[in-house]
Amino acid sequence: MGLDLHPALILVLGGLLAAVTRGNLRKGLLLLTPVLGGLNLLGVEAGARIDWAFLDYTITPLRVDRLSLLFGYLFHLAAFIGNLFALHLEDDDHATAQHVAAQLYAGSALGAVFAGDLITLFVFWELLAFTSVFLIWACNTERSIRAGFRYLVIHVVSGVILLTGALVAAHQTGNLDFGHIGLDGSLTGWLLFFAFGIKAAFPLLHNWLTDAYPEGTATGTVFLSAFTTKVAVYALARGFAGTEALIYIGAVMTCFPIFYAVIENDLRRVLGYSMINQIGFMVCGIGVGTALAVNGAVAHAFNDVIFKGLLFMTMGAVLHQTGRMNGSDLGGLYKSMPITTWLCIVGACSISAFPLFSGFVSKSMVMAAILEEGYVWVWPALLFASAGVFHHAGIKIPFFAFFAHDSGIRTTEPPKNMLAAMFLGAILCVVIGSFPEQTLYRILPFDASYHPYDATHVLTQTQLLFFGAMAFVGLQKTGIYPPELRSVNIDAEWSYRWLGPRLVRGIGGAVARIDSAVREATLGVVRGALGEFQKGHGPRGVLARTWPTGSMVLWVAVLLGALIIFYF
Amino acid sequence: MSEHETHGPVDERTHIWDDPKNVQRFLYAFYACLVILVVLDFVIHRHIYHPWERIPAFHALYGFGACWILVVIAKQMRRVLMRDEDYYDGA
Repeated sequence: MGLDLHPALILVLGGLLAAVTRGNLRKGLLLLTPVLGGLNLLGVEAGARIDWAFLDYTITPLRVDRLSLLFGYLFHLAAFIGNLFALHLEDDDHATAQHVAAQLYAGSALGAVFAGDLITLFVFWELLAFTSVFLIWACNTERSIRAGFRYLVIHVVSGVILLTGALVAAHQTGNLDFGHIGLDGSLTGWLLFFAFGIKAAFPLLHNWLTDAYPEGTATGTVFLSAFTTKVAVYALARGFAGTEALIYIGAVMTCFPIFYAVIENDLRRVLGYSMINQIGFMVCGIGVGTALAVNGAVAHAFNDVIFKGLLFMTMGAVLHQTGRMNGSDLGGLYKSMPITTWLCIVGACSISAFPLFSGFVSKSMVMAAILEEGYVWVWPALLFASAGVFHHAGIKIPFFAFFAHDSGIRTTEPPKNMLAAMFLGAILCVVIGSFPEQTLYRILPFDASYHPYDATHVLTQTQLLFFGAMAFVGLQKTGIYPPELRSVNIDAEWSYRWLGPRLVRGIGGAVARIDSAVREATLGVVRGALGEFQKGHGPRGVLARTWPTGSMVLWVAVLLGALIIFYF
Repeated sequence: MSEHETHGPVDERTHIWDDPKNVQRFLYAFYACLVILVVLDFVIHRHIYHPWERIPAFHALYGFGACWILVVIAKQMRRVLMRDEDYYDGA
């Protein structure tokens, strides 16, 4: 079977070596690690598996099939591009922490997709959070540290729910195998669905992504965008393919974030919302569950890592060169960063699914599958989202960063390694988009033939996009288009970032007030009782008075007299 | 992070989009593409997968309408959702 090492092991080893090496040696190592890992993975065939007996259970740290292999190849590619992009980091950028965290993070993602049982999945699920958070904390600002903690807490909670689901499964079935789970009403199903849903950024559970990703370092966010959510997409594809609820959840995910993206000022947060929109297409495909649909979902995950990575890289390059990320502060950068501008446009064309670019050949598989299975009311929502993604990611990102009004910022192109990484991403976008049959389609997990390039599809998609662009031109010319403003927009996170702290404070205050009132009342009762007691027993009290002996003698005589009268 | 940035007395060279004529030329070419795309809708035999696609140039209309409505609604959402940049910082 040609397996020498567990795929996660090489990247973990690379991460440990990155901690103790410096300079050019480390640079070489960072480039070599994903290449060696990738070569190792090419030798691994579908069907390979490692089983360990543990108490009465079977633990499967390695289970290889075509689905896990696709994500395995993808994560090596993403690690290589990410490492190349981050190669220039110097020690004052917390370079060691970032390089080590990135390798271990990529290794954890590989561990998760090759996990054959729920306990192994849980371990790597949590490691994903604990390693990646350093890519946020490396910014070393108050904001990033707080955002990192929020990110960590939410992901640890997701892992704990996963573990609970695994334990319930072990208790009920005696089986920890991570295969198809489905929502059949069992507690395990719901727990795992919820755990995966948090990581996949389901609606209302999504704000960890838009909160944390914009706070990552310029290079770290490229890694963040590649792994966490794609592991969740893999887990959903493995466990919940064909679960109808996912179609509707996915449709909501495609639509609501684009409204936020239009009015968001931080361009990396715009990409965060855009990412939820793209995951929505994948979740829809998984929900449909046919071979074509799941192929489309995972193909789109593959492409999304590359084109979203490319867009995050171009924004990372802008942040690195200018120190700014708000649409309101940028503009006119095409004058000093023309190459980055073109690379951003390639990423924008890919995410918008222009013919000849990668998004076109994967998103359309999901759209076609939705119609094939008769979801005629979901399709218009996805079409709306397709036009919308072009609007905010395809036009807004390049327009406000590189064109629009001239911000007066003059800078230079980013370092060569950053340019090389972006070039690599851009080339992949075009090659996969232009030659899908020879590239991406060969590694798709299921047998389903699909041909994206026919006249109808090319024409309709081009019409959709060009007329979407026409709306942008019209809205700009008429002044209706909302300007970029320094602001935040309230989202579901409001519940735990604003309401929660105030509720806790409010409830704490109310409890304190009730507590002091109860204490006061109790003290009053005690004081009153003491006063009454004082009346009887105090120095002047009735019961504390001294009585003369004569009165006692008198009362004894009265009693004796009474006795005599009774006996006679 | 911003070691490369220099704020200009804005550099003297004029760039391609500084000239409004170039912007106008670009827009004319863009409008020409729109016209061609609508004409093609009547030339090419489109397959119909969804009942709404029977409407002539459906995707063009939908793309335009979707983006317009998206922006108009999003702009209204700002009235309710928008807060100061440091809104959460005091929490």
